[in-house]
Amino acid sequence: MGDTFLGFRRENGAVGVRNLIAIIPSVFCAAKVAQRISQNVPGTVHFSHPVGCSQVGDDLDVTARTLIGIGRNPNFAGVVVAGLGCERFTPKELFDGIAPTGKMLEMVVIQDAGDSIKAIEIGTRMARQMQQKASMERREEIPVSELMIGLNCGGSDTTSGLVANPALGLASDKLVGQGGSSVLSELTELLGTEHILARRAVDEKVAADILRVIGAMEERLKRQIQTSHNSRRKNLISTGNYDGGLSSVVEKSLGSMKKSGNAKFVEVFAYGDAPTKKGLLLLDGPGHDGEVTTGLAAAGAQIVCFPTGRGTPSGFPGVPVIKITGNPRTFERMKENIDINAGTVILGKNTLQEVGEEIYREILAVASGKMSKAEVLGHDEQFCITRMP
Amino acid sequence: MIEHEFADLAGGKNALVLDPKDNVAVALTDLAAGDSCLVVEDSGKKYEVVVTEDISFGHKFALADLKKDQGVFKYGEEIGRMKEPLVKGGWIHVHNMYCDKGMK
Repeated sequence: MGDTFLGFRRENGAVGVRNLIAIIPSVFCAAKVAQRISQNVPGTVHFSHPVGCSQVGDDLDVTARTLIGIGRNPNFAGVVVAGLGCERFTPKELFDGIAPTGKMLEMVVIQDAGDSIKAIEIGTRMARQMQQKASMERREEIPVSELMIGLNCGGSDTTSGLVANPALGLASDKLVGQGGSSVLSELTELLGTEHILARRAVDEKVAADILRVIGAMEERLKRQIQTSHNSRRKNLISTGNYDGGLSSVVEKSLGSMKKSGNAKFVEVFAYGDAPTKKGLLLLDGPGHDGEVTTGLAAAGAQIVCFPTGRGTPSGFPGVPVIKITGNPRTFERMKENIDINAGTVILGKNTLQEVGEEIYREILAVASGKMSKAEVLGHDEQFCITRMP
Repeated sequence: MIEHEFADLAGGKNALVLDPKDNVAVALTDLAAGDSCLVVEDSGKKYEVVVTEDISFGHKFALADLKKDQGVFKYGEEIGRMKEPLVKGGWIHVHNMYCDKGMK
């Protein structure tokens, strides 16, 4: 018998670690209405964003798939879609994208309701009813194979690649070893290691996918650097990286990759999509913290594990973010924001294995309802949909 | 600012080896030339190495004599190769290591 946690089994079999109602606008024009509906019904979260119209092609498609993915995330027992009525990404398409999950789902459209005040009232009634129904759901014992964690690091320093990321990698390996899923991304932080990642692919198709997506990311960065007229906008590896002891891009990228442990990659999938396999996965996404965690939540990750050396307080609406630092001073300074102190390895007081086990136990505790510090403090600034260049 | 010195908290001069295949250790405190440093392996195995140069927190030193063009291994992977030979306990950084992979 493997490890278990206490989660919410949804209608479609998916498992949530939270039981919230999400208010999602299809377009920025409905952002304030979504926010006000959420303010009226405590326990709901809203996903205000600046996109959903005046976009075309892949850029609009990524916005659409990401918002649908967020709505499908099993941490949400129900969703209220808020639309304007004339936007390119229609509220109906968002609604229809979420509907197959079978979860509670309603839609309010400002131009149909009459005005924003009426839309807020209608949406508030919808959310109130959903929230009350959701409150009757109970947690049940669930195998860890139903968990999907997302990996992202930000505000990194020397201790990140040294202890925080390797310790998280051990926790990731333990989860994957029991049939769960773990998602690596931040391709901009993996450049120069594609040959190593490809070696960790489960088959040739996945190896080719790894080389393709990292190659494309490198081309995109080269294009951006070449077309920039400001020389201060061209650095990929910073002076601080070299001062901190990193001697090559490969060394920096390996430190980032270590979050994913030593497991084999079973699938590479696109931003806005959900994986079709379980195990260690690679999400094709860039390096911005918020864009990565948003892609992870849209893929169905119920929890995000976030190593940070310098310390960042940020969190994500409805998806708990667990902060881990390898820097003992950062932990002392930012105890109110950081959940795990991997800095004890730097001080010679713990081994990587011991801290890896502590992270794994914290993942199970948070999955069972323990709130992470970012969650308690209401940090939700990581919701940010990536744009296609 | 990066925190370079945890010696006052650690109560000793330590270095970490991240993978059994590695031929470098990473200093967990600032080290001075001639310092004897306690190297801790991933497995928990510990031994002493004397460093031949000043090594800052987070920087690497060789766990064995290295030849020119020999691979430098950290995290169990090659992070670069030596531009010149180096003795055990010597500092490895951009001045004596090269790598042609990844964007600069």
